[in-house]
Amino acid sequence: MGKTTVSATLARAAAHQGLSTLIVEVEGKSGLSAMYGEPAFSYDEVTLAAADPDAGFGGVRARTLTPDDALLDYLENAGMSRISRRLVASGALDMVATAVPGIRDILVLGKVRSIEQARSADLVVLDAPAAGHAISFLQSASGLADAVRLGPINSQAKDVLAMLDDPERCQVLLVTLPEETPVNELVDTAYQLEDRVGVSLGPVVVNGCYPELPGLDADPAAAAAEADTSLRRGEAAALAAAAEFRRDRMALQAEQLTRLNDALPLPQLRLPYLFDAELGPNQLDELAAALLAGIEDLPAPHVEVEP
Amino acid sequence: MSPAKGASAASSEQAELAALVHDRSIVICSGSGGVGKTTTAAVLAMEAAAAGRRAVVVTIDPAKRLADALGLDGIGNAPKQIDGPWSGELWAVMLDTKSTFDDLVTQYSADPEQAERILANRFYKNISGALSGTQEYMAMEKLYALHADEAFDLVVVDTPPSRNALDFLEAPRRLTRFLDHRLYRVLMAPTRGVMKAVNVAAQAFVRSVSKVVGGEVFDDAVAFFQAFDGMEAGFKERAELVLDLLTSPVTAFVLVASPSRDTVDEARFFADKLAEADIPVSALIVNRMHPRFTDALPESLRARSDTLDGTDIGGLYRNLADFALVAAREEEHLAGLAEQVAPSPVIRVPFLRSDVHDLDGLRLVGDHLFGRS
Repeated sequence: MGKTTVSATLARAAAHQGLSTLIVEVEGKSGLSAMYGEPAFSYDEVTLAAADPDAGFGGVRARTLTPDDALLDYLENAGMSRISRRLVASGALDMVATAVPGIRDILVLGKVRSIEQARSADLVVLDAPAAGHAISFLQSASGLADAVRLGPINSQAKDVLAMLDDPERCQVLLVTLPEETPVNELVDTAYQLEDRVGVSLGPVVVNGCYPELPGLDADPAAAAAEADTSLRRGEAAALAAAAEFRRDRMALQAEQLTRLNDALPLPQLRLPYLFDAELGPNQLDELAAALLAGIEDLPAPHVEVEP
Repeated sequence: MSPAKGASAASSEQAELAALVHDRSIVICSGSGGVGKTTTAAVLAMEAAAAGRRAVVVTIDPAKRLADALGLDGIGNAPKQIDGPWSGELWAVMLDTKSTFDDLVTQYSADPEQAERILANRFYKNISGALSGTQEYMAMEKLYALHADEAFDLVVVDTPPSRNALDFLEAPRRLTRFLDHRLYRVLMAPTRGVMKAVNVAAQAFVRSVSKVVGGEVFDDAVAFFQAFDGMEAGFKERAELVLDLLTSPVTAFVLVASPSRDTVDEARFFADKLAEADIPVSALIVNRMHPRFTDALPESLRARSDTLDGTDIGGLYRNLADFALVAAREEEHLAGLAEQVAPSPVIRVPFLRSDVHDLDGLRLVGDHLFGRS
């Protein structure tokens, strides 16, 4: 669905608004580091784009988070550093995680919360797990608060719940493509998140929308004549076939966007499909500009972009 | 190739794919999520049925429309026959991880009481749904059972979408590794009466785990392990049999991908891992290919469009340049992967106008896969 692309875009857009931004990835290699030509991220933060106060650019940093690291951190903070290494090294975390589903998720979310509380960044963008796992990931807090009624896991779960329930602190941006199955999945996910997690949903980001182009309906030969130019042999057919394909795809996309709009009363932010080569900082800037333009056009309630 | 031509006479690569479906007894479709794996698996099974075989497709959490297309609505863990114009038989199963696990417990327990104790345990209820790799393991378990069932000639499996596409290969061993875990042995020691006094270090260890997860959870785990006592051997033996079957020549691995960089990278990683396990990729299916409209270079088309900027023909050139760029990039992504799976066939399926909703939709995908017009 381009979830990682959208995370990177959102971070870049926020940085252009002067916010210092931290991207947190939780599922290992996401392709984000490659977009910036960096090696895979580690538990330590790396700077992807340095802040430039004169230009009003807040900077983008990134890091990764694993349940093992989060557990170590957590136990250390809870004054249990002595047993923490043994727990991880012996594979007991695996056992524990198996006994209590959601424990990995709550450890990761708990760490995200402590990053938020430390206020080292104005905006934390979490590149969360994909659709199937997203609900159980976010639901882990309420599930565990019930299942484990005492002890450190319980307090961790409660702290995370407080963060998830507060729209001022946390919002979920759902990402989809203007295609049938992704739209269905998104609508499903949105309702389940609302029912089962109660987290506040931001606008839906629709990635990969074909941008408009002039002339897609025009006859190539006539259009060439009008512009006083001539076509090479066979070119008219290729131009017409490609235009037809694009018109077709755009009509299908428009249909899906309408369907999404009817099924889900959330505003949409549309990002263009980029035909250009691989995603890099320049392409991300292009997407960030589109995202900011979309945010400008959002209907009330006004979305705060400034800190 | 013009998109208007679509599927024409079968290429040798398409014939090779057909041969897999005609000859093998297990076909495993793997690849990252969202590349049309489930649809592909259903189409392969349907093709076998058309060739007179009795084929069953195991799907995992199919998109609702596809489930409807297969008539899978409301069915569970048992195969359901799908009627259609084929000389063989087409069956479908929607994997239910938990009930597959329950069946396994029932099968390997010494008596009904042991099975009942395990099935009612809260810890068991958690692991049967959530142990990482359980879904993969149960998919393989289902595969094994269906393969052993003489009612079927071919089992096609759609593997669960997992971050690590190899999980299902490792899954049978993961559960047995879990049962070999030190914590398990520590917990079991007193009840086995080998030594009543667990050593001090182990006790401290148990206490610290219990402190982190809370006492109730821990007690459930202990009760589960006690109930499970004696069943490990059966589970381990079964896991080995499944693994042997996966690596035997009756099994074909079909890699499903789309031409985007991410999924190609994942497919390459997966092919590497299979190669490490001495398992060849029998075929590569690439869905969602953009059509190639022209042989002209994207740069020269882009230059044409720039000089004609603002006119209709400029827009038309720009559009052609866009798709020429996409097609070139897709081929570039695929080149390395195709080389990696060579000499196995690579079959390209174009971007289709809509998702598959019914058997006709599956048939259309089949026409592209097997080269019928």
